[in-house]
Amino acid sequence: MSENRYSRQIQLKSFGKLAQDKLANAKVLVIGAGGLGVPVLTYLNAMGVGEIGIVDNDTVSITNLHRQVLYDESDVGTLKVTVAARKLNEQNSATQIKTFATFLNVENALKIIRNYDCVVDASDNFPTRYLVNDACVILNKPFVYGALHDFEGQVSVFNADGSPTYRCLFPTMPKEDEVPNCNDNGVLGILPGIIGNLQALETVKLITGIGDLLSGTLLIFDALAQRTQKIKFPVVEENLLIKELQTSYSFSCETILESIEAIGLQDLLADKNIQLIDVRTNNEYEDEHLIGAVNIPLDEIDDRLKELDIASPVYFICQSGIRSKKALLEVKKQFPEAICINVNGGMNKLNSFANYA
Amino acid sequence: MNVLFFGITRDIVGTSELLISDLVNKPTVNDLKEYLKTRYSEFSKLTSFAVAVNNEYAKDNVPLERNDEIAIIPPVSGG
Repeated sequence: MSENRYSRQIQLKSFGKLAQDKLANAKVLVIGAGGLGVPVLTYLNAMGVGEIGIVDNDTVSITNLHRQVLYDESDVGTLKVTVAARKLNEQNSATQIKTFATFLNVENALKIIRNYDCVVDASDNFPTRYLVNDACVILNKPFVYGALHDFEGQVSVFNADGSPTYRCLFPTMPKEDEVPNCNDNGVLGILPGIIGNLQALETVKLITGIGDLLSGTLLIFDALAQRTQKIKFPVVEENLLIKELQTSYSFSCETILESIEAIGLQDLLADKNIQLIDVRTNNEYEDEHLIGAVNIPLDEIDDRLKELDIASPVYFICQSGIRSKKALLEVKKQFPEAICINVNGGMNKLNSFANYA
Repeated sequence: MNVLFFGITRDIVGTSELLISDLVNKPTVNDLKEYLKTRYSEFSKLTSFAVAVNNEYAKDNVPLERNDEIAIIPPVSGG
């Protein structure tokens, strides 16, 4: 491919051919091909990053499309890495795209990250974020962080040449019930587009050395007020000394949790009368629910335990599988012997099967 | 002093900005944290959140002045 496709950025004096060559020689790993990952991938690929790795094990769902603009309606049900690789290749055939159809975990993190110059954390959960941090510290790789909550986003560059890490800002991982995620809390389509693009920008600066990195600086973007805030933070030396990964990064409850995949629930529902508790709000339940599901909103579950038949198995469902997990843990606290089963992926997953199987 | 709330702390407090004038005498960051935990019980549940004073990360012992702008920044996970 001729080099002049990049002429408009090469002609920028402080960018030039040197920076373009640095992009061409760079290997970037993007963890997550969702809301943040899509703009990161699209721009790094368009701008001429030589090699891009993509880690994700999700399939495209209809509820992704309002924000994950690389994907089309016809992609629903297909692995994101597969669709992304095909579309990125059409966009720029010179890029080496490598896909990892897996989620990052303790077993594969070091192996995968080792081969890249830098990492973009475009994940959507705390266990992955802390795993990315620790793996990058161990391997001495810089990583570009982006994360969202409601109408806000955070961006920073961590672990770049001894600069502060994620743990310097937030030393310990929050507990599972502290902070909601996008599936439960909602997200405005364009916000990950903005934050992901800022991550792509920082990645380009990191590779080429132009400008001032958001290193030791947390940028907070408030979409409703169109206000950005930059917070400086120092390195905490002990966070640079991590030598091995933790044995697990899961929320502590996950290991003891019994669960069923949403698709399995359909068969069960068809076969027999199961006790299914829908822990979403009354409004969500009224909008749409499964036949036979009883509505006990999460914040009422403690007061309405009597309504459960603890002698038989209890299935819990919500929109994405997070609130149902919390409800299950509440019930288990009171009735440790009860057989409680979480429906993984919740209504979202069921709907994607119902409509697109 | 003016306190800005981000992420989940904005939901806990119910506003993005709060003018706080009834802290103890010669307050520190830690006093502000205790104040918030007393007023809003949900604060006690948070494992870690950062406090910035005039756009700089501040440890618990940093003293607070009347005209300081303070930001309460919890980790966020969405993507």
